[in-house]
Amino acid sequence: MNKPIGLNSLRSGPSDRGRFGDFGGRFVAETLMPLILEVERAYNEAKADPAFEAELAQYLTHYIGRPSPLWFAERLTKHLGGAKVYFKRDELNHTGSHKANNCMGQILLARRMGKTRIIAETGAGQHGVATATMCALFGLPCTVYMGATDVERQAPNVFRMKLLGAEVKPVTSGAGTLKDAMNEAMRDWVANVSDTYYLIGTVAGPHPYPMMVRDFQSVIGEEAKVQMQQAEGRLPDVAVACIGGGSNAMGLFHPFLDDTSVRLIGVEAGGHGIETGQHAASLTGGRPGVLHGNRTYLLQDDDGQIIEAHSISAGLDYPGIGPEHSWLHDIGRVEYVSATDQEALAAFQLCTRTEGIIPALEPAHALAYVTKLAPALPADQIILMNLCGRGDKDIFAVAQHLGVKL
Amino acid sequence: MSRIAARFAALKSQGRGALITFLEAYDPDQATSAALLRGMPGAGADLIEIGVPFTDPMADGPIIQAAAKRGLAAGAKLAGVLAMVRDFREADEATPIVLMGYLNPILSYGPERFCADAARAGVDGLIIVDLPTEEADLLLPFSTANGLDFIRLIAPTTDNARLPHVLNGSSGFVYYVSITGVTGTVTASVEHLQAAIPRIRKVTDLPIAIGFGVRTPQQAGSAARIADAAVVASALIDTLSAHLDAEGKALAGAVEAVLDQVRGLAAAVRR
Repeated sequence: MNKPIGLNSLRSGPSDRGRFGDFGGRFVAETLMPLILEVERAYNEAKADPAFEAELAQYLTHYIGRPSPLWFAERLTKHLGGAKVYFKRDELNHTGSHKANNCMGQILLARRMGKTRIIAETGAGQHGVATATMCALFGLPCTVYMGATDVERQAPNVFRMKLLGAEVKPVTSGAGTLKDAMNEAMRDWVANVSDTYYLIGTVAGPHPYPMMVRDFQSVIGEEAKVQMQQAEGRLPDVAVACIGGGSNAMGLFHPFLDDTSVRLIGVEAGGHGIETGQHAASLTGGRPGVLHGNRTYLLQDDDGQIIEAHSISAGLDYPGIGPEHSWLHDIGRVEYVSATDQEALAAFQLCTRTEGIIPALEPAHALAYVTKLAPALPADQIILMNLCGRGDKDIFAVAQHLGVKL
Repeated sequence: MSRIAARFAALKSQGRGALITFLEAYDPDQATSAALLRGMPGAGADLIEIGVPFTDPMADGPIIQAAAKRGLAAGAKLAGVLAMVRDFREADEATPIVLMGYLNPILSYGPERFCADAARAGVDGLIIVDLPTEEADLLLPFSTANGLDFIRLIAPTTDNARLPHVLNGSSGFVYYVSITGVTGTVTASVEHLQAAIPRIRKVTDLPIAIGFGVRTPQQAGSAARIADAAVVASALIDTLSAHLDAEGKALAGAVEAVLDQVRGLAAAVRR
């Protein structure tokens, strides 16, 4: 899959303890510890098995629809008047987002492990829909935990999951968003250890999840690298992706980590603005701590209590971030910035009108930053942005914010 | 000898196991939880576990989740929890106090400073739910340096090959999580406990406590006989929460109702 990675590579992590620098690790209750060690063993065996790779490739091609196209956003580029903007079109995947890449990989692993029940957490519902889809494909019972607030603001995805045969359990603890859904999924896993596989949707959680999800999502960056060579004969100057937990960004960035000429920029959700305290920008506005099995940057108060995140995008509404991002932030390899709800809404509309692509609110955050960055760069520069999800699910929420009654 | 070791040694000479009772700090307010803490030894608690409220208690069921939420709303902070223990120690030098909670508030406080302050306040042991053996080096050097017992959890999923690894560096007692699940949900069968406890005894001389799902006097008595101690938590919080008004404030008699329940449990452990 990958070229051999040298000792000086930024792509060699994590360590045996699941650490990226000081971040990551395995902070789970003893009940779960043997399970995550089992997942790690099974994943390492699968990774070394050409039959697993071939099986995954087969499904990625014929079921998910990979490779996803690389699209030169010409009208947007003209509108912005600066660097050329390319979209990596992961919104064209089956189920409408990059989440399918990881779900397919993990469900094949769960089958290999002989697990007969799948659980997942979801924020925007993209990961829940992708998980429910794979479970339908393989005939596995599926329970998706979703914060009650998100159930309300992502009604179309809730209905999709139910159509696909999944049980959607609304979680009312906390603010009823992604963090609380993840707590509840962990509680389910602890109570159903023998038959259940926990299919985590982002590059967070205890080791090996951050590594495994990154590996399954790296197909995004690997394809983009090849496609960019075909389109422009060179690598992009900048790669941009939005970040909640950070799986689409890790997938895009990881294959470029050792290409020092490529600037990597992660865009966190600025919510109402970093200065208001109502945001989901863990790197910009948080500090290191331990939650959901890993040490990483978290939104927390002075006493180490976790603060609720806020974002218009349910998929970014998480007070933590994948540990590899925390490490890449601290060593300065990736720049992390933020875009507010309002900026994302504006970018959502701009993309729709100039490119005829309705983006999800999540990548609309990445695009919001691109609309600032591109005009500031010369026309011979290239920006590659991961358009990681489509926005059909968001039109009701956007209508509401624009004061339109559907 | 630590307070925990001394207490278990004394009970052993009496030929009985220990009753470990639980309260969530600041639930539903500081004064009520402090009154519970003060009253528990007299009602028959041999050791006391104080839950440190955390926003994301992943190993806890709805009952303790709600207690943590009430505690946080009442202003619980780690420093305040230590102050509760300090006040308790002025009147009680013998009853061991164990803090049970999650790692992040301790990391935020600073692990080294926390262990020093906890020991000074009169805390005897720590149970950190989300700090498995694999990550224990974050805290263990400081808890050891300050004479705090580092109490490990063993679960039904911990196999024999893993047991010595998990127990390495543990002290005080061993906490057997008797079910695969969160707190306050299901109860392990006597048959399960009779098979599980000898498995752990083979690899440790430390006393073993059984927790998660121990609710009734009968269950507590039976667990304290099969192992060396029974931990009762959610059942006590259930009683407390039944004595709260619509705003979550303690009604008159709330503390006495919980202490009455402790007396019932203590009698069963002594039978």
